[in-house]
Amino acid sequence: MKRFTQAAASAALLAVTAGPALAQEAASLDARVNAAFAAATGPFVNFIFAPLPGTAFPWIVLWLVVAASIFTIYFGFVQFRFFSHAISLVKGDYSDPNDAGEVSHFQALATALSGTVGLGNIAGVAVAVGIGGPGATFWMILAGLLGMASKFTECTLGVKYRNEYPDGTVSGGPMYYISKGFTELGLPGGKILAVLFSVFCILGALGGGNMFQANQAHAQISGIVGDYPGWITGVIFAAVVFVVIVGGVKSIAAVTEKVVPFMGILYVGAALVILIVNYDKIGWAFGQIFAGAFTGLGVAGGFVGALIQGFKRAAFSNEAGVGSAAIAHSAVKTKEPITEGFVSLLEPLIDTVVICTMTALVIVISQQLIVDPATGNYMLNEAGSAIATVDGNSGVALTSAAFGSAISWFPYVLAIAVVLFAFSTMISWSYYGLKAWTYLFGEGKTSELVFKLIFCVFIVIGAAASLGPVIDFSDAAIFAMAVVNIFCLYFLMKLVRKELASYSARLKSGEIKKFVH
Amino acid sequence: MSTKLVIGLDGHSSGERALEFAKTLAGQIDACELLVVYVIEWSPYSFQTAEENAQRHKRREEEISTAQDRVVTPAVKSLTDSGLTATGRVRHGNVADTLNDIAKEAGATQIIVGRSTESGLSKRIFGSSTANLVMEASVPVTVVN
Repeated sequence: MKRFTQAAASAALLAVTAGPALAQEAASLDARVNAAFAAATGPFVNFIFAPLPGTAFPWIVLWLVVAASIFTIYFGFVQFRFFSHAISLVKGDYSDPNDAGEVSHFQALATALSGTVGLGNIAGVAVAVGIGGPGATFWMILAGLLGMASKFTECTLGVKYRNEYPDGTVSGGPMYYISKGFTELGLPGGKILAVLFSVFCILGALGGGNMFQANQAHAQISGIVGDYPGWITGVIFAAVVFVVIVGGVKSIAAVTEKVVPFMGILYVGAALVILIVNYDKIGWAFGQIFAGAFTGLGVAGGFVGALIQGFKRAAFSNEAGVGSAAIAHSAVKTKEPITEGFVSLLEPLIDTVVICTMTALVIVISQQLIVDPATGNYMLNEAGSAIATVDGNSGVALTSAAFGSAISWFPYVLAIAVVLFAFSTMISWSYYGLKAWTYLFGEGKTSELVFKLIFCVFIVIGAAASLGPVIDFSDAAIFAMAVVNIFCLYFLMKLVRKELASYSARLKSGEIKKFVH
Repeated sequence: MSTKLVIGLDGHSSGERALEFAKTLAGQIDACELLVVYVIEWSPYSFQTAEENAQRHKRREEEISTAQDRVVTPAVKSLTDSGLTATGRVRHGNVADTLNDIAKEAGATQIIVGRSTESGLSKRIFGSSTANLVMEASVPVTVVN
């Protein structure tokens, strides 16, 4: 399974091989745990990532892309028609000044983005371009543009069917819109599907939203300061996450939430600087991207290989259709749920079309991928599984090398960024998992504390071991969320269309007005 | 038509002096309405965690009722006790912008504030809210020291 966990696996492998006998002992224990876990979860993982018969194309990727295309057509290209309206909403042009102090559209968007922008944009893109060639970027952008419609659909429903409690707090997300929406439409099975979604959401939160992040953060830190046991990173991370989510130490979260966007801007800024310095190569890079998209330029699997990689990474990065964003967006203050849908469609655009493309361009322009001078095609590595790179790098190391070739000190900044992104993704997913948990087991201090403690324990496990099968499983769980969520969205999308028709009519008639600031 | 005055309070002692000044001033005007405003500093562009977002509505209500109970209601009472007409309001936002917006909306002829109590780095970078108000307000501003 060539997925973004590859980077984790290879980094962890490096850590193990570099370590002394102690590591070997630990490795044998790990190996036994891994084997047992893999045997137990293998069928589920294999089912989720199974390729379509006769191809290497995982059906789950097609599931996400087909859904995004259907939503795009069903809502009449809402991501383009309402794009400028979405920008106005984020700027607060339509916000009532008397609602000042409530969660703004901007804040809901920023919170949701801090959950998705992260390793997918840095490591995932490098894997995509490393295996699928520059052409993967083209398909990634296409998938990002289509994914905007999926986000629009799920986030509109997230706000529309959220629970508002008497004490003023809110809870929302797919589990709420599935059960309430199905009831409204008179369809059976809503409750069961909502429970199923919640189960997958908890597993996804503990895995992809936690263990994978801890594991990659440790790989980055040990890559800079030298190898040391992963549980140390795990305990430190768990302690910090613990004081934030259990102790309610707002200041740490507040600092992260301020530093993460800054890191995001710094990352895009550095990419821009590299692109500006190499402005004469940008045309060539886009040429490679377009040529690669349709011919593959010699990559394994030809243009289909490029397409699979592009689609996969986009889906893994922006989580459109997974349902996680619907949980994050549901806290916004608005009388019109659909406005949050418009705002959320900016998310795949920023995450995938802008940030992922920047990463891809830097990797292509820095010429980390080796070209055969005779044919102009990319050369494959010895295993024939990916494009040969200058130093044999892949995953986050490839991105790091690409940035480092232009700005020598940038890999250090990147390491800090990866650690912070990992931390903020964990905080976000701890909340998504918690909402699914309380949906199943009820809201209450004890129930919440139990989940939060479990979450912290999994951070230590994730950082300490190279749990390939566990991470495979948790990624599978995140995409299992998408199976349930998208299945339900097909039934619920007519509710969104009704909202869209009503809202655009009122926007046109001038009933919905801008507030003068 | 009565004259409207906006009094901006921040819960500190300078606000008390602003209130006393407004009382004296209003006493000299025949028909005068006083609007006591407390602005809770808040930006729609700050970054928050998902959990903070979920609790935001609750927190906002709490912030408003605290400001109302501790600052606005006592101030309004003290003004009405002196025989003046006064109402109170609490709003979130940028202090200078919000005071000015409220003054404009209400058709006030003057804004009275105490000198702001901010200090340190943020004052050096962003300036004090009083200074910003003085520079940006569309009606005369009286700063009481």
